[in-house]
Amino acid sequence: MAAAITVEELSKCYLLGHRSKEVDAGTSFRDVIEGGARTLISRTADLIRGRQIVQGDEVEQFWALRDVSFELQFGEIIGIIGRNGAGKSTLLKILSRITEPDRGRAILRGRVASLLEVGTGFHPELTGRENIYLNGAILGMTRAEIKRKFDEIVDFAEVERFLDTPVKRYSSGMYVRLAFAVAAHLEPEILIVDEVLAVGDTEFQKKCLGKMSEVAGGGRTVLFVSHNLTAIEALCPRSLYLADGKVVADAASAKVIELYLKRGRELSNEIHSRSHPIDSGLHLERTKVQASQIHSGEALEFEFQFFANTSGRLRECAVLLYAERGVRVALADLREQEVVPYRFEAGRFHLRVKIASLPLVEGELMLGLHIATDERRSDLLDLAHVDILAPKLSEGFPKYAPEYRGYWVLDAAANIVEVSGENSVRIHQRT
Amino acid sequence: MPAIKPSSALIIEHGRADRHYWQDLWRYRELFQVLAWRDISVRYKQTVIGAAWAVIRPVLTMVVFTVVFGKLARLPSDGGAPYSLMVFAAMLPWSFFSTAVSDAANSVVGNANLISKVYFPRLIVPTSAVVVALIDFLIGLAILAVLMIWFQVSPGWSILLLPAFMVIAAAASLGAGLWVASLNVKYRDFRHITPFVIQLGLYISPVGFSSSLVPEQWRLLYSLNPMVGVIDGFRWSLLGSDRPLDLQGLAVGTLVAFLILWRGVTRFRATEKRFADLV
Repeated sequence: MAAAITVEELSKCYLLGHRSKEVDAGTSFRDVIEGGARTLISRTADLIRGRQIVQGDEVEQFWALRDVSFELQFGEIIGIIGRNGAGKSTLLKILSRITEPDRGRAILRGRVASLLEVGTGFHPELTGRENIYLNGAILGMTRAEIKRKFDEIVDFAEVERFLDTPVKRYSSGMYVRLAFAVAAHLEPEILIVDEVLAVGDTEFQKKCLGKMSEVAGGGRTVLFVSHNLTAIEALCPRSLYLADGKVVADAASAKVIELYLKRGRELSNEIHSRSHPIDSGLHLERTKVQASQIHSGEALEFEFQFFANTSGRLRECAVLLYAERGVRVALADLREQEVVPYRFEAGRFHLRVKIASLPLVEGELMLGLHIATDERRSDLLDLAHVDILAPKLSEGFPKYAPEYRGYWVLDAAANIVEVSGENSVRIHQRT
Repeated sequence: MPAIKPSSALIIEHGRADRHYWQDLWRYRELFQVLAWRDISVRYKQTVIGAAWAVIRPVLTMVVFTVVFGKLARLPSDGGAPYSLMVFAAMLPWSFFSTAVSDAANSVVGNANLISKVYFPRLIVPTSAVVVALIDFLIGLAILAVLMIWFQVSPGWSILLLPAFMVIAAAASLGAGLWVASLNVKYRDFRHITPFVIQLGLYISPVGFSSSLVPEQWRLLYSLNPMVGVIDGFRWSLLGSDRPLDLQGLAVGTLVAFLILWRGVTRFRATEKRFADLV
């Protein structure tokens, strides 16, 4: 029997614009005007000739995906891992038919549903009930199907009492629960999932994972992208590792994850200046970390640079700190500092964060950002890596291995430890 | 759970999406309904007087035009109908056209998060914007009925041809809307250009005055604007003016309207594959 998904040499190319040095060097007002006029003329010419317009005056081809091939049998579940920009999202977008490949092809045998975001198309002004129908239709369910599953969805999301309240009055937890509940009741033969378990409270996350494995166990073919390697390992027997648009490894998950972690450590700390879109008008331009490595217990400072095309509002913003397997170590909710909600105008703005002390076990720490604007809510992951080194002053005895100690260093001086016994005596170590 | 049998094979390839496009459009008709319903129900939520806005806007414009063109400039009315009624009969198709074009033009960019996350034939989005404009049009039609009773003007059998003129207006507005929508995705300049051009169109089209004011030798050229034929047709079919319909002009306008539709659809189809990369 043919495979459920056959992907053959799938490739996708984007054109990126750069600004050449000469234009950048224009310092006088006259140079700026001249440069602007030149761009205007060349762009208008491009527009008339029907050519694609790109920012800047040098064009570079960027292969987001290059000759990716794999096969997936019916009922197989595959995890897809890779750093931001490795091509995971592009692959999912092509398989979901959102964008076309430039070369190669994919054959999907069965009804496909893709879930690249929870709550796609949710409208804040509409009630929970209305949004269930709206979102269901967007995800490809028929009206009859939604009607049949309506009660089940409401039960799963635990929002009965708020069904007729506009979702803009929902708490973010309720919102996510409702959104996931609709998606969880899709009944496709092939399911494409991107990082949907990243949000929501723990209990709900457990429920989602449970639902995911139920879906997976039901004989469905699943493609699952996540930064959470633990979830990948738990759900997917097989994984695909993408880097720079190419398949680096395609094997059993444990093996692939090991390779991915090893590669990750080899990549030194580069400055992450890749621009991440947040919504249609807002971009995260770059992330700067004060130091690429700190000692356990020291402060960590970093800065995010945003660029806004229009004015808008940061409704929520939280810095995510997670360890190399995608396990969340901590979250700094900036609402607590009364930094957000923040109203910004068009142009650039910076967000500087200093975490006073990070008493973490040595290892790699990754930075991410959770951002909610009026338009959408998103998680930006893998923004920067910081190596946590062992504290400068270390006590005389050998420590356990870092993996064995977990993530957090307890403050030994503040802990009270007592030992007592009838005939025992504490042995004083000679130094 | 029983083993799932594959129902169909989907092949994704460069340029492949074209083959099942119209079939897909039909398959996604429920999404089309839902999106249109969403736009309609969201439109007047959180406004104090709700759908009354659909009444107030055209009525106020009518009053202004009647005062400026009818009373101050003393332009002649078409046939025997009161000036305000003549203006309102033109306001109906015109405001449908302008709302439909500007909403359709912004619809793709406005639904960017949908387009970058889910597949569906993109044609659904601007088309549903046009359908929403149609609802406003129907409300306007009801007001016109009230006005006609008030002024004691009764339409003749010619009212039966009204849907035909509406089809021409819909073709022109969908075509223009699609065209601008696809341009708007690439070049956001059109966000500023569209309202300006539509505003100009209001004065170029015979909304505030009768098209009989246009000199005879320019009439055919004037008819290239498809809304001229539509507006004349509306006045003719609703107010039963004694002036005969300019059939030659109407034919030209209709041809132009459908040319715009054809061009809009082909242009939209050619660019929609890249929408998700561009929005």
